[in-house]
Amino acid sequence: MRRWRYFGYRLAFALPVVFGILVLNFFLIQLAPGDAASVLAGESGAASPEYTAMLREKFGLDRPLLEQFLAYIGNAVQFNLGYSFRNDSPVFELILARLGPTLLLMLTAFGAALTLGTALGVLAAVARNSWRDAVISVITLICYATPVFWLGLMLIVVFSVNLNWLPTSGFESIAEGYEGWERWVDIGRHLVMPGTALGLFYLALYTRVMRASMLEQTGMDYVVTARAKGQTERKIVFGHMLRNAFLPVLTMAGVQAGNLIGGSVVVETVFGWPGLGTLAFNALQSRDLNLLLGIFFISACLVVAINLAVELLTITLDPRIQA
Amino acid sequence: MRAALKRFARNRMAVLGACIIGVVALLTALAPLLYPAGAFTLAGPPLQPPGMRYLLGTDALGRDVAAGVVAGARTSLLIGLSAALSAVLFGSLIGALAGYYRGATDIVLMRLTEFFQTIPAFLLAMLLVVILSPSVLSVIIAISAVSWPGIARLVRGEFVALGGREFVLASIGLGASGPRIIFRHLLPNCVSSIIAVGSLLVASAILLESGLAFLGLGDPNVMSWGLLISAGRVTLRSAWWVCTFPGIAILLTVLSINLIGDGLNEALNPRLRER
Repeated sequence: MRRWRYFGYRLAFALPVVFGILVLNFFLIQLAPGDAASVLAGESGAASPEYTAMLREKFGLDRPLLEQFLAYIGNAVQFNLGYSFRNDSPVFELILARLGPTLLLMLTAFGAALTLGTALGVLAAVARNSWRDAVISVITLICYATPVFWLGLMLIVVFSVNLNWLPTSGFESIAEGYEGWERWVDIGRHLVMPGTALGLFYLALYTRVMRASMLEQTGMDYVVTARAKGQTERKIVFGHMLRNAFLPVLTMAGVQAGNLIGGSVVVETVFGWPGLGTLAFNALQSRDLNLLLGIFFISACLVVAINLAVELLTITLDPRIQA
Repeated sequence: MRAALKRFARNRMAVLGACIIGVVALLTALAPLLYPAGAFTLAGPPLQPPGMRYLLGTDALGRDVAAGVVAGARTSLLIGLSAALSAVLFGSLIGALAGYYRGATDIVLMRLTEFFQTIPAFLLAMLLVVILSPSVLSVIIAISAVSWPGIARLVRGEFVALGGREFVLASIGLGASGPRIIFRHLLPNCVSSIIAVGSLLVASAILLESGLAFLGLGDPNVMSWGLLISAGRVTLRSAWWVCTFPGIAILLTVLSINLIGDGLNEALNPRLRER
């Protein structure tokens, strides 16, 4: 029961964050060169004067700053994030249509990185200072320093151009007209390279944290007790230490959720993955600032949601955490 | 300090990192001698593979990739160092204020820090560069704007830990002012942790900068590794070398800085060595 109260407390903290993002967005609009109405209308000059005048009316841009702010918040709360002239569609609808592929890419990369990273971290910690530990730490150091977009391009060179194993870009082969199960296999084949490019950095990160966290547990009383009882090393590691050592990794993963979205912008651009990242890149090319702000807002909401999910998982795994 | 230097020198990986960075810095310094014509000028026929004449080949416009890589080193180091430095200064200030004054100041500043840690950093950096229009300065501002929270939390933590120690109480008893205690007594005690974490920030700043430049958000008049890679994308199928070498340069630089950072961390905070 108290755990749920703790979760409620975290939820209550999440709402000010969403509000803060709106404040930041509003501030950024003010910071942008030119009239706020032309910013909201996308690239200046693209919108008709009538439309700009209508925007000025609707968002109250001819009124004092505070009223403008309230109007902006009021609209955003109803998910009215304005209109993208470039794409001839409301910003929120554009984002909604692209959300699915991005979530698929992010969650795949995240899940794979978390599972493999945990496994590698345990492996490195158990065989500390052995050749296995050394190999793992060299791999993590390299993955940790590789720019994701470059990794993506190199994967394309090797696996698409030279070996011809995987498709270079896109979400699926529409021309083939796959259906049902076959379609998912096809999407999966398209997902392999972007998922790898996005996930490797986090794999390295989680491996490092997991290794350190496992080593921290080694000297704990409960481990000594388990060993004194004569339990097998396997049972000590997997039955006792793993769950405790995993918690810092999970916390870390929650904190890093925001960066995962940033990485997916770059990766999607490389692989032509039709998600939020490609949308953001196109908005960038046409300087459609309002669309960018909308993507920023929705991504930040997504991060808050992921953080809450991680929080929920943490309190399930560790009943000691209470408000 | 000498002991720390000795410990650093014993760490082979860290010394290796320092050597690589030394080479990168040397190349940067020698760039005007090696490639006097600059990175943007035509050097020969387009899309020449790496060879004796063009060490790393030429790109689609006939520019020498090696000249671009050398010129990009300067940009990356410049932006990485200045962005990390300003993030460290700003983060330390925020952390110091929160950790010294505690109470309401602490709550407000730390909520702000957490907020900046939660929001997608890369997207915010993108937005800032777009709004400030791409230039070296705006890239530095954008990167430092998303990099300071880690330092702020670190410094606050150190300040809170040091807050009740005798030397601080003695200074308060002697009537020292708040700023004097912060800058003369507390901050110097955090310098070693700040240096260790700050050096890692240089690496992440370089990665961020290359990502921004790859998306076309770098200064268009300044050669950078990200810009080279994004220009080489078009010819990826026929000329792999245009994208490959700048990427290796990023990888080596970031890797070396990370190694140096880890080495510094171990050398300056020997208590943490076990981890």
